[in-house]
Amino acid sequence: MASEQSASSAMALRFDLKSIGLGVLSFVVGISLWWLASASNATPLPGPIEVLERFGRSIGTGQLWIDIRASIGRVLAGFLLGSIIAVPVGFLMGWYRVARGLIDPWIQFFRVIPPLAIIPLAIVTMGIDETPKIFVIFLAAFLSAVVATYQGVVSVDKTFINAARVLGAKDWVIFTKVVVPASTPFILVGFRIGLGSAWATVVAAELIAAQSGLGFRMQQGQLYYDLPVIFVSLITIGVLGLIMDRLVVLAEQRLTIWQERV
Amino acid sequence: MTMTGTPNTKIAFKNVRRVFGDGPSAFVALDHLNLDIFDGEFVTVVGPSGCGKSTALNIVAGLLGVSAGECRVDGDIVTGPGPDRGVIFQQYALFPWLTVRENVEFGLKLQGKEKSERRKIADHYIALVGLTDFANALPKMLSGGMKQRCAIARAYAVNPKVLLMDEPFGALDALTRVRMQDQLLETWSKERRTVMFITHDVDEAVYLANRVIVMAARPGRLQEIIDVNLPYPRNDELRLSPQFAEIRNKVWHAVYTRSGQQQPALEE
Ligand SMILES: Nc1ncnc2c1ncn2[C@@H]1O[C@H](COP(=O)(O)OP(=O)(O)O)[C@@H](O)[C@H]1O
Ligand SMILES: [Mg+2]
Repeated sequence: MASEQSASSAMALRFDLKSIGLGVLSFVVGISLWWLASASNATPLPGPIEVLERFGRSIGTGQLWIDIRASIGRVLAGFLLGSIIAVPVGFLMGWYRVARGLIDPWIQFFRVIPPLAIIPLAIVTMGIDETPKIFVIFLAAFLSAVVATYQGVVSVDKTFINAARVLGAKDWVIFTKVVVPASTPFILVGFRIGLGSAWATVVAAELIAAQSGLGFRMQQGQLYYDLPVIFVSLITIGVLGLIMDRLVVLAEQRLTIWQERV
Repeated sequence: MTMTGTPNTKIAFKNVRRVFGDGPSAFVALDHLNLDIFDGEFVTVVGPSGCGKSTALNIVAGLLGVSAGECRVDGDIVTGPGPDRGVIFQQYALFPWLTVRENVEFGLKLQGKEKSERRKIADHYIALVGLTDFANALPKMLSGGMKQRCAIARAYAVNPKVLLMDEPFGALDALTRVRMQDQLLETWSKERRTVMFITHDVDEAVYLANRVIVMAARPGRLQEIIDVNLPYPRNDELRLSPQFAEIRNKVWHAVYTRSGQQQPALEE
């Protein structure tokens, strides 16, 4: 048993090293190509060195931190609010047919509207401060998480519920001790998708209507033809998005360690 | 034979009928089922696929209702599931997010038992099925046979009067199956319960049982009851004995010939 485990973890490690090596190689090649393209003046793009310098300057003046804080703050506010409300609503929909019938049409309707399309309405009705931005992010995160939670609840294996019932469990115990843990993997997938769409939404929202944030900075770059600052913002958006996604995946793996993975 | 309601009848089916669906698509899964299972008895149920074995078991478990007639356990009409009737499912149905011990303690917690007492009872049954070294393991670490042993411990832990097992070894390979049969009989001889055990394996049915209930399909009904007058404890020697072969043939004949099927029923 123990040897089996260490053998498989050694293999996983080797596999990991290999994929990390390939990742680094791919990264180096990509940067080199970028450098070549900009050095040969084939494109009007700024080169890696120029962008790096601009990174230094943005960090030095504190501008980058202010932008990051503004964007992350909006995402977290909208995402947390959306997720916290989505989970009970999703459970309600999965557990009670009546709730499903009442809520589902609305969710289906709002799901097909891109969150950004709500912005004009949100600005008109909520003003131009943080509220409309956080609201659309909330909507994006909420819709992902609510659908995932509801899917999780309805797909709980009936045998688990029967197993709990024959051991003497009543509805509340079945719900808290069986339905909730059994649907956790689904909910976490919903969180992951929700965070992704929240991040996409915040940047787009800032492009349209904001006085701060990474999206706003890019919009300014466009206005003043400042390509390096657009690059700095783009790279930051990508890196932060990746980090957030990894964090959710890590939490997911921790919380669903009991799952049989094939 | 003992009448329904006399003290040593544990499970009584009286004219039980179960229909699924209604209108022209209604399907009679079980009809006129009359059967008494006695206290401490080990009864196995065999029959072709779809003859209502699981339906009958789920009615005793309280997971399904009857369309007509009644099912009593200890003289009381079954109205729903409860910890007095333990169920062991073919798909194990262990909670994958709980360890072996937590799974076994699940029902004990519901009974409001103290932590130390829970632990004591759980460890007793975990030892009884030989899983002590895996008490803290998650189900995903266990083989199929070990999972089913854990499920047996979980069912035993709440101290049910009746154990209902629906093809519990159906997903296991032939060798593991034989070992599980021996282990189940050992557990049962140490802690005797009334057992209703469904299988589609004639050998298994004879090896385990005091009585083999043979059912027939369309509609699901009782075909024949065959007594197994072989002493416990049972072992490999008995498995290969002529007396065993004789009963086995009788059951086989009842299942495959008299129920109107010339070919062995195809089981999934
Ligand atoms: N929930 C259900 N709805 C409709 N038909 C069912 C349902 N459960 C079982 N049946 C039908 O009842 C018959 C008996 O099923 P079951 O008791 O599972 O048979 P067995 O366990 O002997 O294979 C089968 O034909 C099956 O298709
Ligand atoms: Mg069945």
